[in-house]
Amino acid sequence: MLEIRNLHVKIADEDKVILNGLNLKVAKGEVAAIMGPNGSGKSTLSYVIAGKPDYEVTGGEVLLDGVNILEMAPDERAAAGLFLAFQYPMEIPGVATMTFLKAAMNAQRRQRGEAELTTPDFIKRVNKAADLLGIPKDMLRRPLNVGFSGGEKKRMEILQMTLLEPKMSIMDETDSGLDIDALKIVAEGVNARRDPEHAFLVITHYQRLLDYIKPDTVHVMSRGQIVKTGGPELALELEANGYRDYQSAA
Amino acid sequence: MPAVQETIDQVKAIDVSEYKYGFITDVEMEKPAKGLTEDTVRYISARKNEPAWMLEWRLDAFRRWKTMTEPTWARVHYPEIDFQDIYYYAAPKMNGAPKSLDEVDPAILDAYKKLGIPLREQEILAGVEPQNRVAVDAVFDSVSVVTTFRAELAKAGVIFCSISDALQEHPELVRKYIGTVVPVTDNYYATLNSAVFTDGSFVYIPKGVRCPMELSTYFRINEKNTGQFERTLIIAEEGSYVSYLEGCTAPQRDENQLHAAVVELITLDDAEIKYSTVQNWYPGDANGKGGIYNFVTKRGDCRGKNSKISWTQVETGSAITWKYPSCILRGDGSRGEFYSIAVSNGMQQVDSGTKMIHLGKNTTSRIISKGISAGRSQNTYRGLVSAHRKATNARNFTNCDSLLIGNQCGAHTVPYIESKTSTATFEHEATTSKISEDQLFYCMQRGLSAEDATALIVNGFVKDVLQQLPMEFAVEAQKLISISLEGSVG
Repeated sequence: MLEIRNLHVKIADEDKVILNGLNLKVAKGEVAAIMGPNGSGKSTLSYVIAGKPDYEVTGGEVLLDGVNILEMAPDERAAAGLFLAFQYPMEIPGVATMTFLKAAMNAQRRQRGEAELTTPDFIKRVNKAADLLGIPKDMLRRPLNVGFSGGEKKRMEILQMTLLEPKMSIMDETDSGLDIDALKIVAEGVNARRDPEHAFLVITHYQRLLDYIKPDTVHVMSRGQIVKTGGPELALELEANGYRDYQSAA
Repeated sequence: MPAVQETIDQVKAIDVSEYKYGFITDVEMEKPAKGLTEDTVRYISARKNEPAWMLEWRLDAFRRWKTMTEPTWARVHYPEIDFQDIYYYAAPKMNGAPKSLDEVDPAILDAYKKLGIPLREQEILAGVEPQNRVAVDAVFDSVSVVTTFRAELAKAGVIFCSISDALQEHPELVRKYIGTVVPVTDNYYATLNSAVFTDGSFVYIPKGVRCPMELSTYFRINEKNTGQFERTLIIAEEGSYVSYLEGCTAPQRDENQLHAAVVELITLDDAEIKYSTVQNWYPGDANGKGGIYNFVTKRGDCRGKNSKISWTQVETGSAITWKYPSCILRGDGSRGEFYSIAVSNGMQQVDSGTKMIHLGKNTTSRIISKGISAGRSQNTYRGLVSAHRKATNARNFTNCDSLLIGNQCGAHTVPYIESKTSTATFEHEATTSKISEDQLFYCMQRGLSAEDATALIVNGFVKDVLQQLPMEFAVEAQKLISISLEGSVG
């Protein structure tokens, strides 16, 4: 599904190197977790995969289903089936959440050459997904993310993921700022989409989230590289021992 | 707003790289010599067969104007205007006034067709619900070529015609009200307009009448080197209501052209006027060559108690905009509103805002201004809120938001607040924000293109004001805003 080969990235207009020959594979149907200390480049990795313009790729490839997506604009990557749940979702004042959802869903459908959704079909889908995630209807009429609590914003990200039906989803520290109830709801949203066709890359600092989203593989990231790969037991080991052992590994 | 996606689609379907209304209509025109003297004033008055008092009024204004100097306090810059190098009157040649549309030059009818302005009543009637009909006064350079639905409106007692016709048919009404809101001496451009105004609309709504349809005037500047001096006068008698909309376009020319209008609104007890403008004069090219100088004085007088005047404007055109639609809140309990979206791109300069002058007791006003600057444009909100000694319990709420796109444009907010009564409550909120790269990236990650994302964010920004426009014009305005900002995303 997703394959990253020898990826080198620096901050545009600066010399600061963030990713330093990173390699990673996430197979179809797999849930992979990336754990690592602050500043290891986890968020940068998610941004570069999604196409944020602040970074410069100086080497390597990012393949989605075998196609290098690095030359594609962010919206083209989205239409190709890539979704990033943001650590800090943006507020869009004056744009009702419903309006935004419809614009996004139809933009992707158009780009894929599919017919736009009819309004009844759209509303049915939104209501179903919102109910599943415990999102009240009045929240959907409010401007997107404006005045939402941290937990509400994260739930809104999961709602968008559910509606946009990406094949590859990246969750960037989705657990940060969530209480345990919100965390469960978010995890359920991910687990509900877990099947042999979809893949997830869950980026987190803490093991806590992985109690609810059971990963197939765990990668440890440090200084812009994946330094260790293992099964779920690796997450528990990190929880017990911290990242100390990996800080100087790279 | 469900219109957003529709708008984006419509915008895509249009050739957006060019000003859409920049065509020129080839019509044989009648013009006096260039320049401005007493003879010019006499010529205009004679052409319109005006009563003697009107000519005297004009001449008085002209003599006053010669003693005045152009205002320089606005944050706009332009080379000196040579007022002797302008034609002050340009009318399509015809034998007498056209009695029906069949007598109007087909080239002019064609021009309005291209602009999408329906002038044939039977075409408008087909398939349009009566409550959605819009009556149109079409002003072409210096004259009104046609006013639709006059007969039907007359049944309700509503007078809707060109100001020239009003001077013939209802001179007593014109004489009673003209210049009572914007005095002849008001300011340089208003005084000039008083001397040489050519045409515009006249509306009179009798006591207790709710105007049965939307009224609108469509201003078109076509002839080159010609100034347009429109004069509009709207009177709403006790307990009446009218919603009026004006639209403006002009051909694409390398020269600058002057549009100096005066609009006067009067509401008596419990009456309401809702006045909306969609201004899309040619803005000049990307380097600031050409475009209309839009120097306009618009003022409403809430003369009666509990009356209301509401201005809504969407300003996307003109090289320079100098315009402050204002309300004099004279009647006790009267209310003034100003809703504005001013979009500037390229080299455009906007200095616009409002004045809310509280004179009566318990008067209220509300100002919502949204400025959007892109390109190398400069966009200034300038507003005055004042309460006089007797305006006890006056209240105002002002909200001025500016949105910057790119980093070569400027947004400025210049509010003046004066209160001579301790019981007044004035609130002022202002924000300046920039469409952030992070917002754009977020929207694009969800599948929106950079331009769709910008349109969505801008639409969100102006939503409060767009909601004030009549529905069909809101869609039009949204479209205009998107077109005006075309190419502003790097």
